[in-house]
Amino acid sequence: MKTKPSRQPDGNGLPALRDGLLLKLQLHSDPKLLSVVRGALERLTEVLGFSASDCRSVTRAVDEALTNIMRHCYGGRLDQPIEVCCKRLPRRPSSHEGLEILLSDRGPAVDPAKLRGRRLDEIKPGGLGLHFIRQSMDTVEYQRGRGINRFRMVKYLPQSESPKC
Amino acid sequence: MQISARHADRTTIFDVSGDIDLANSPEVRKALLHEVREKRTPRVVMNLSKVRYIDSSGVASLVEGLKACRDLNLRFILFGLSPSAREVLQLSRLLKIFEVYDNEDQALAS
Repeated sequence: MKTKPSRQPDGNGLPALRDGLLLKLQLHSDPKLLSVVRGALERLTEVLGFSASDCRSVTRAVDEALTNIMRHCYGGRLDQPIEVCCKRLPRRPSSHEGLEILLSDRGPAVDPAKLRGRRLDEIKPGGLGLHFIRQSMDTVEYQRGRGINRFRMVKYLPQSESPKC
Repeated sequence: MQISARHADRTTIFDVSGDIDLANSPEVRKALLHEVREKRTPRVVMNLSKVRYIDSSGVASLVEGLKACRDLNLRFILFGLSPSAREVLQLSRLLKIFEVYDNEDQALAS
């Protein structure tokens, strides 16, 4: 797995680029790397000032989305490319500051109908990942272009919490 | 993730530690289903006090264990849920369908 921290430290010595890039990870579709990504996301969300519960939520959403890519887009193959790109979203008149996470893979296109998740009124294993993602994040979007699946998630900081980097 | 089993009177306790995710949930599922379907232990208890994280595939393994126990009229018990594990069971609305206790003493006394 390659880690690409940005090269322009901000005033706090923390990485930040003009486009808000905080962290970029390039990894293979090997489930053994999921714990590595979780560790990075736990620390990143902590540094940004999310609550403990929101840190767990964001980390869970990213983990579940990566799991879906590994299982469904790449069919369990271990050597396929995935990119995780984390950006800081600035405060805008219509929204708070937040964290944008963009996952990219080169698997086959995803049927948007399958991104709805299943109903929870039935007790059965499987199909919970998308539900966890939608429960955890404020925005969840999927796009396909140039042979790449792009899964975008955003979590906003509560208004009272100012970002620490 | 590590999983080991202790056997007491008509009870098997699985001690699990580490994170349960896509990389290792098949191992949890296999151990659970073997205990239930092959050994038919009357009471299967999962000690999750050292499990920091469970993903949806881990939850699915627990649901499979529960359903296998119900099919054979066996008991399936969880104890020691971390905040993260409790959250995923709440999010999936599954917390109420499991028999959950805070610690091993309560689980075994039940």
